[in-house]
Amino acid sequence: MSNASTAAPETMHWDSRARRMVVLWLPLACFVLILLFPFYWMTVTAFKPDAELYDFGSHNPFWITSPTLQHIRKLLFETAYPNWLLTTMLVSIGATTLSLFSSTLAAYAIQRLRFRGSQYVGLAIYLAYLVPPSILFIPLATMVVQLGLFDSPFALVLVYPTFLVPFCTWLLIGYFKSIPYELEECALIDGATRLQILRRITLPLAVPGLISAGIFSFTLSWNEFIYALAFIQSSENKTVPVAILTELVTGDVYQWGALMAGSLMGSLPVAIFYSFFVDYYVSSLTGAVKE
Amino acid sequence: MDATTQLHWSKMRQEPGWLVRVLDNKAVLIVACLLPAVGLLTVFLTYPLGLGIYLAFTDTTIGRSGYYVGLENFEFLFTDPIFWNAVFFSVFYTTLATIGKFGLGLWLALLLNQHMPFKSFLRAIILLPWIVPTVLSAIAFWWIYDPQFSIISYIFVDVLGWRETNINFLGSEWPARFSLIAANIWRGIPFVAISLLAGLQTISPSLYEAALLDGASSWQRFRFITFPMLLPILAIVMTFSIIFTFTDFQLVYAITRGGPVNSTHLLATLAFQRGIPGGQLGEGAAIAVSMIPFLIFATLFSYFALARRKWQQGEGND
Repeated sequence: MSNASTAAPETMHWDSRARRMVVLWLPLACFVLILLFPFYWMTVTAFKPDAELYDFGSHNPFWITSPTLQHIRKLLFETAYPNWLLTTMLVSIGATTLSLFSSTLAAYAIQRLRFRGSQYVGLAIYLAYLVPPSILFIPLATMVVQLGLFDSPFALVLVYPTFLVPFCTWLLIGYFKSIPYELEECALIDGATRLQILRRITLPLAVPGLISAGIFSFTLSWNEFIYALAFIQSSENKTVPVAILTELVTGDVYQWGALMAGSLMGSLPVAIFYSFFVDYYVSSLTGAVKE
Repeated sequence: MDATTQLHWSKMRQEPGWLVRVLDNKAVLIVACLLPAVGLLTVFLTYPLGLGIYLAFTDTTIGRSGYYVGLENFEFLFTDPIFWNAVFFSVFYTTLATIGKFGLGLWLALLLNQHMPFKSFLRAIILLPWIVPTVLSAIAFWWIYDPQFSIISYIFVDVLGWRETNINFLGSEWPARFSLIAANIWRGIPFVAISLLAGLQTISPSLYEAALLDGASSWQRFRFITFPMLLPILAIVMTFSIIFTFTDFQLVYAITRGGPVNSTHLLATLAFQRGIPGGQLGEGAAIAVSMIPFLIFATLFSYFALARRKWQQGEGND
């Protein structure tokens, strides 16, 4: 062994470099390639003219020789796509506002107002997150009909908080925990009311947590599918994910160009949003799991 | 208003209104703060959960409130081969997809945990499949799995020349099942990898240094340090993953809608098909309710099999 170690450094260097290539970079490149390929394929398809789309023989399918906007034009001017985008946007903003409001107050009460049984309320809200929408959509559909909200996007604004509130509450409990309690005590001594403390001290300090919860709720509402599919019937009230699947898939011949253009444009808003707030996403994802 | 008109050098303390005084009472404030969240969850989550269990024992259809029929729905389902097929595929799908997601996700997390350039950029783009609406990426998979113009077939047939004919991904039972599982794994890897990466980053490097001094091999370091330290977070992530894979709906509904010949129905898609377009709300609810025992079992399993740590108590982690 001592022999080998004296001669080692020179060979070790090259050896470890090659090893790092095989052990780290190669698998990582495969992962990135596979994880991103569907998006690349979506983009390429969205800008390909039909002639190229269905002829792999004379065109390289991985590239576009004559890009076209015909699919996007068709989507924007011959379907109700702008309407769907608007509905999705309004529903997401409404549901996010509602859940952010109620979960901020709930998290503040559970974490800061400390009452007997507060941790059980916290646990119950956490358990609510484990109830999947697939179990709830049938009874909720009957409720929505009874409330006269069937086919109305307003029903979605009311229903989405069922999965947003538990998530946001847990995220914000974790955030409030990290704010020193002494700050609130000082304010109490200075004669501030509890609501003033919440508004002037706790909330401003919890802004990063609120942003995390907000963008996360927005994304989750944007991506929601099963409730929107079950509660909305008329074409103009549909959200983007539902509309693309139910309105653009017509007959036996699929318009792949238009379908991919629709998917791309439905993904872009969240993707752009995401690119601005990457760190918040990562921290809220890991924060919520850790809590 | 008075305070501002007086010529004092400092603002007078305003008398608080009755609303402010009432809200400063701690008990009132607690109730007021909890009311929106608890109210929303009670009305739109707890009540529907109970209603769903009740509906499972009735013959409700769309437009007609039903009567209590006892176990009739379940008796019918237990003789229905399509239902048993959905149970089988749900379990199969969850098992295989969970193994794939966690195997590959852990691998990716370990890769990302090493020192390298562009680390945060890589982490950001890896999370993309999880951010984009599932249905939309499922439609992309549908197109990738197209019988005639599949890009995977193109690679295998025209580029590599390994096959003579195109692969018929969604045309028959087993290929369709495995195609769906592959799409689910693709979608699940980012979430698992990023959560486990967060867990990996909390492991103190001094543990590895001590192990290195003791001459531990890299496998031993993984087996006796990384894995045990990762278990608590692994348990939570796995509970979530199992629950949401077992009750998955979007992916299957978007790609195959349960076909070919009902072979890829999950319980959720079958419940939807019978309940909403089929109009048999009672039967749909019975299918949905029959998921609950599996979910309780899966939750308890991952909780007690994997978790033995203090975070279970909820308080005082770190």
